Amino acid sequence: MAYLLGIFFAIFAFWMGNSGHYKPLMLGFAAISFVITLFLCARLKIIDREGAPYVRLFGWLAYYPWLTWEVVKSNWVIIKACLRAELDINPSLVKLKTICKTDLAKVTFANSITMTPGTVTVEIEGDKLLVHGLYEANTQPEAFEEMDRRCARAADPVEKRA
Amino acid sequence: MAEFFALLGNTWDVVRFPLGGAACLLGAILCIIGTIGVLRFPDFYTRVHAASITDTSGAGLVLLGMALMAPHWIIVVKVFCIIGFLLLTCATSSHALVNAAHTAGLQPKIGPMARSGHEEDEEDEH
Repeated sequence: MAYLLGIFFAIFAFWMGNSGHYKPLMLGFAAISFVITLFLCARLKIIDREGAPYVRLFGWLAYYPWLTWEVVKSNWVIIKACLRAELDINPSLVKLKTICKTDLAKVTFANSITMTPGTVTVEIEGDKLLVHGLYEANTQPEAFEEMDRRCARAADPVEKRA
Repeated sequence: MAEFFALLGNTWDVVRFPLGGAACLLGAILCIIGTIGVLRFPDFYTRVHAASITDTSGAGLVLLGMALMAPHWIIVVKVFCIIGFLLLTCATSSHALVNAAHTAGLQPKIGPMARSGHEEDEEDEH
């Protein structure tokens, strides 16, 4: 029931933020579409912990500003690499071992690596990630330790943390 | 105090258009830089890295500029929705591309590449 209310609140906020029409007729249509959406969610069986991830909201609020700053920093490195007269790139493939336990944390970690310019997750198998990087020096396993730790803290439930 | 906030609001209304324009311009320049990178880098995997500049900072700054110049708060909400979905899906789509290339057996070029793009072009011609 709490998850249902959580999803209802999310789609309510989404509708209110996107429509801009607050006449009774439009609000009636909104109510009908809420009911249909919730029914479809129930049929898809996604009204669960992952469907309404409010527990992890504070973890993510702490994680994303840090990730944005990381993205800005590595953007600068890649911009310099693009514009340098002599290409000095040094591509490499590395295998990483993550401490993230749940699928959600692993996806967050892999997505963060891909979002950061200069590194792309090629493959995930179990708790091992194959990462392609533009500079070998920036792609050592130690470089990802902090991101890994922060992802685990943001997305893994407390009882599963290593 | 109310006067101060009114003044702040007026100043913001004047300042946000140049700020938004500058952000849009910077984002467009970053998109061009990303394109230059895509053209210069040697193989598929490295080109994906250059394209991710366009995905993250290029598109992000253009949309941020649009949000700053938006005439109504509804549009700001929409633009921030677009930024959120774009950041999530861009990373996923580049991962899908790279994973498909890896599964198909495309080998990445590994190791230092110190040659300039110009010399490489000449080699291709001969």
